[in-house]
Amino acid sequence: MITDRLLRVLILADYNTRVVMFGTVMLGVAGGVVGVFLLLRRRALLADAVSHAALPGVAAAFMLIMAFGGNPRSLPLLLLGALVSGLLGMGCVLFISRFTRLSQDAALGIVLSVFFGFGIVLLGIIQRMRGAPAAGLNSFIYGRTASMIRSDALLIGTAALVVLVLTVVLFKEFRLFTFDPGFAAGDGWPVQRLDALLMTLVVSVTVIGLQAVGIILVIAILVLPPATARFWTDRLSVLVLLSALIGATGAYVGTALSASIPRMPAGAAIVVSHGALFVLSMLFGTVRGIVHELFARRRLARTTLKQNLLRALYECEEAGDVHSAETQWTYLMHTRGWSIRELKHAVRLLRLDQAVYRSPEGQWLFTESGRVQAARVTRNHRLWEVYLLEHADTATAHVDQGADFIEHVLGDALVAELEKAVPRFGKVVPNSVHVIGTRGKRA
Amino acid sequence: MMWTALDTWIVVAAVLAGATCAMIGSFLVLKKVSMMGDAISHAVLPGIAVAFIITGSRSGPAMLIGAAVVGVLTAVLVHVIHHYSRLEEGASMGVVFTVLFAIGLILIERAAHHVDIHPEHVLFGAVELVPLHLISVFGFGVPRGVILLAFVLLINLSVVTLLFKELRLATFDPELATTLGINATMIHYLLMVLVAMTTVAAFEVVGSILVIAMLIVPGATAWLLTRRLLPFLIVSVAVSVVAAVLGHIAAITVPPLFGYVDTSTAGSMATVLGILFFGALLFAPEQGVVARAIDALRLRLSIGSQDALGLLARAAENTESQTGSLSAAELRGVHRSPFAGHRLKLAAILAFLRVKGSVVFRGGRYHTTERGSEQGREILRSHRLWEQFFFDDGKVRISELHPAADVLEHYTNNDLREDLSERFAGKRTDPQGRPIPGED
Amino acid sequence: MNNAISSSRNTMHESASSGRSVSPESVALHVRDLTVAYYRKPVLWDVDLDVPPSVVAGIVGPNGAGKSTLIKAILDLVPHASGSVEIFGKPYRRQRRLVGYVPQRESVDWEYPITALELVAMGLYRKIGWFRPVSSPYRKQALSALTDVGMADFAHRQISRLSGGQQQRIFLARALVQDADVYFMDEPFAGVDASTEKAIIGILQRLRAAGKTVFVVHHDLETVREYFDYLIMLNMRIVAAGPVAEVFNSENLKRTYGGRLTLLDRAVDAMGRTPG
Repeated sequence: MITDRLLRVLILADYNTRVVMFGTVMLGVAGGVVGVFLLLRRRALLADAVSHAALPGVAAAFMLIMAFGGNPRSLPLLLLGALVSGLLGMGCVLFISRFTRLSQDAALGIVLSVFFGFGIVLLGIIQRMRGAPAAGLNSFIYGRTASMIRSDALLIGTAALVVLVLTVVLFKEFRLFTFDPGFAAGDGWPVQRLDALLMTLVVSVTVIGLQAVGIILVIAILVLPPATARFWTDRLSVLVLLSALIGATGAYVGTALSASIPRMPAGAAIVVSHGALFVLSMLFGTVRGIVHELFARRRLARTTLKQNLLRALYECEEAGDVHSAETQWTYLMHTRGWSIRELKHAVRLLRLDQAVYRSPEGQWLFTESGRVQAARVTRNHRLWEVYLLEHADTATAHVDQGADFIEHVLGDALVAELEKAVPRFGKVVPNSVHVIGTRGKRA
Repeated sequence: MMWTALDTWIVVAAVLAGATCAMIGSFLVLKKVSMMGDAISHAVLPGIAVAFIITGSRSGPAMLIGAAVVGVLTAVLVHVIHHYSRLEEGASMGVVFTVLFAIGLILIERAAHHVDIHPEHVLFGAVELVPLHLISVFGFGVPRGVILLAFVLLINLSVVTLLFKELRLATFDPELATTLGINATMIHYLLMVLVAMTTVAAFEVVGSILVIAMLIVPGATAWLLTRRLLPFLIVSVAVSVVAAVLGHIAAITVPPLFGYVDTSTAGSMATVLGILFFGALLFAPEQGVVARAIDALRLRLSIGSQDALGLLARAAENTESQTGSLSAAELRGVHRSPFAGHRLKLAAILAFLRVKGSVVFRGGRYHTTERGSEQGREILRSHRLWEQFFFDDGKVRISELHPAADVLEHYTNNDLREDLSERFAGKRTDPQGRPIPGED
Repeated sequence: MNNAISSSRNTMHESASSGRSVSPESVALHVRDLTVAYYRKPVLWDVDLDVPPSVVAGIVGPNGAGKSTLIKAILDLVPHASGSVEIFGKPYRRQRRLVGYVPQRESVDWEYPITALELVAMGLYRKIGWFRPVSSPYRKQALSALTDVGMADFAHRQISRLSGGQQQRIFLARALVQDADVYFMDEPFAGVDASTEKAIIGILQRLRAAGKTVFVVHHDLETVREYFDYLIMLNMRIVAAGPVAEVFNSENLKRTYGGRLTLLDRAVDAMGRTPG
């Protein structure tokens, strides 16, 4: 039965579903887009403070409307109240962190909880008032999409569209000032006004999101989609698109679940859907995803192992210890300290690469391409060694960059200098590998 | 409005909740991780829900254990996400607590029919319901929530007392603490566990959001008022106790003034906390906005009166008399007068000097008293010593000596003046050939 | 000795005020009475500078001497209490397009999701103007600047995956595409490797040859003679400014770094402690 209903929701069979779905998905898109810059500006929790600070505004607007005999369920008026007190809350955060020794962190906590507490006071009064339809207000706290009507969805849609257009038009400017405000200001861009505009967009999305997702969780639609998208790309433009897409997907799935399963609050369902996408991305994302990182680490370990054996074999050959299988293995195990397990593993890997083969006498010999590789690895290793010795002061910055081609890291001139220095350390640099023509963009 | 036994229990519960939260929350403020309190107070929700669902009751120990687990879990998750995604810490908190809170919310909604917990109470608390669940202790009926809070308060108090110096070091300088053999990471997680347990215990009384107010605002208020750890903790707890009592009284007395019935005690406590904080922000003795404004004013007054006395001392020098005397117009009109165009400022400063007995007003002119002449000479001496200093330093143009010395002379106390004069021992004149007044 | 000082002071005095024989346009940077204070504590005090064009000028001084602050104050990035800044004879605000800036490397978030090429292209935003996207000719221009600093191979790499020296190089490339006449670089040599250091020196020399004026905040006194032809020695005030050969001597060094300013420090400290 639930699957039946879920299907009807997913294909948007009912008019009501279409309205709600339009509203939440547009919200997801707007949150995803603005959230990217909010995160890059390192102000994620400011949105949390703003959303909590909106509660007294909603309640006060409600009381005012009641007092003047209007319709206390008018969404635009309630949201106007939310906008005013949200901005006031943001102002208080900035004021406190500017004029006291308290950290911004504490300022956020103070504003968030005190404003919310005052909102609860007003709400308590409203709930004890005769004839006030106070139930509508609770939907602001946890979010309730069921009550969303066509005009509400259109309001959200319009706001989301404005946000989108502004972000697209000012994409380059936002990128510049969120990355390097100092440079942007020196370059003559009005950094403070751009910042104010971005924060206004954040507050707007927060406020229009209150009804659907609720005060507590609205920050999630700003923070989760960009955080999720970050696991898939290192490009800002892609990040924005992906974040919008993820925002929309999470909203769609969450709304569908909430509409088809009884007692499933919409805001929570949307956030949990986003959370699931986040966890999946954190595990399997291609940029810093945990699984990806583990594989990369494993690959690196393998490469290191193979290179070590290549170099050992090369140096064994240099030392002239390849007369028989015995002398070769003795050299590797006793002089180089390889364990038999490591050795077997490494040899298997090199054979798979067709870098070595076993001679009829049982020695391991290089294939033609294997020798080229081995010479390159040995050469790089020696150059690095010398570099680390000669330039100990700055070299540490490069230690983790065991690039295939040292020139890419240090530059041709320095490498030439190092090559000259190597003999002083009692070694000969193997022939440069470029002659054989393997230099390419492999780094 | 009648005060009943019910009100007494509500206030007791609120005071206990406030004191417990303030004590542990102060360390969050100190460590500058206030928002971890926010994250944990949201994140304990699924812990509570699961504990409810498993035990089927509001068993205190089960809830505290659940809370401790969630507290550590939240802290670990925030750290892991921060580490892997390289999101800023705030953003990874946002990710963790929203998702955990949403899960908790769904659990509660889904299990609502067999667990007596209401989504509204999660956020606002239900201090009004606390006195309804009584447990007999030595024949007295004591609310269950009060016992739980008292228990957690005891834990917090013992930890803070026993580990006072460790906490101080680990919150002040975690790296130093680690080198001294105090595991700052363990202390951090211990703090998170305590925050989570405190949150759960206070949760019924004030609800999950307002817990944040009780955790952070007292500490932040105390931070503005004191600079030492022990007074800081005491002020913080005191602030929360005052807010608890006033909060409940305000909740039942203020709304009737406007023709309403009454309102939520928890919300009202948070509001009172906010008012107390705002009061401290304005009126704190050293760091308050008002105190700093007064300091600035006093500084301007002292600089202004020194300037005036300096001018009078120069006048005395020029006329080779003991006392300087100038009219207000002359004070404004002399070359480089800092009062040029500041008629009102000069009037205020002269009035101030007359009250202090440094000048007297006779026959339309201001004359220095003996004390005023002495002060004026000291200022002149500082001024000329500085001019000598800059001249000696080589790079200040003669024409610019005066303004630089003008600024510095106001900050020159006796010690500094002595050291300066030591450097120029034997010098009796400044670079422009004017005498440097003697020591006495 | 004393005479020498006072005469140099006098010449400075005259050239700075009325009897200036050179026309203002021939002074690349003219700073007058620049004072910067954080709260009440002065950081820079009455700075006067006249720097001729086509020099590579080092700015040296001890920690806390206000070297970075000087650059930021010139570029209007920190509010100054008083003073004026002119670039080629006109107020800085009207000459912004002539000025390029390389901030300290630590001042930005290197995890930011952009590539080296995109970072360099930021130097062209001013030329591109509001609202317009970065089109392909501009990208080509950025790429050629990357090639100039030897970073073409890394154009599409996310910036956190570059070493410190490489990050510094793309910062320089961004300044190069700004195509400015006067450059301000904040500690470009801090924490870079030997080859980047050489690359930066190469760039500085090329800029000078092209008639540009470059200001470089620097903290390694040993390399001053090698890198710069003009030197500004700073310790809250300008201690000395002029061609390296003239001003880089032990006496000025003692003045800049020595204990002679301790008395002044104490007065300034007293000002800092006074609230307000």
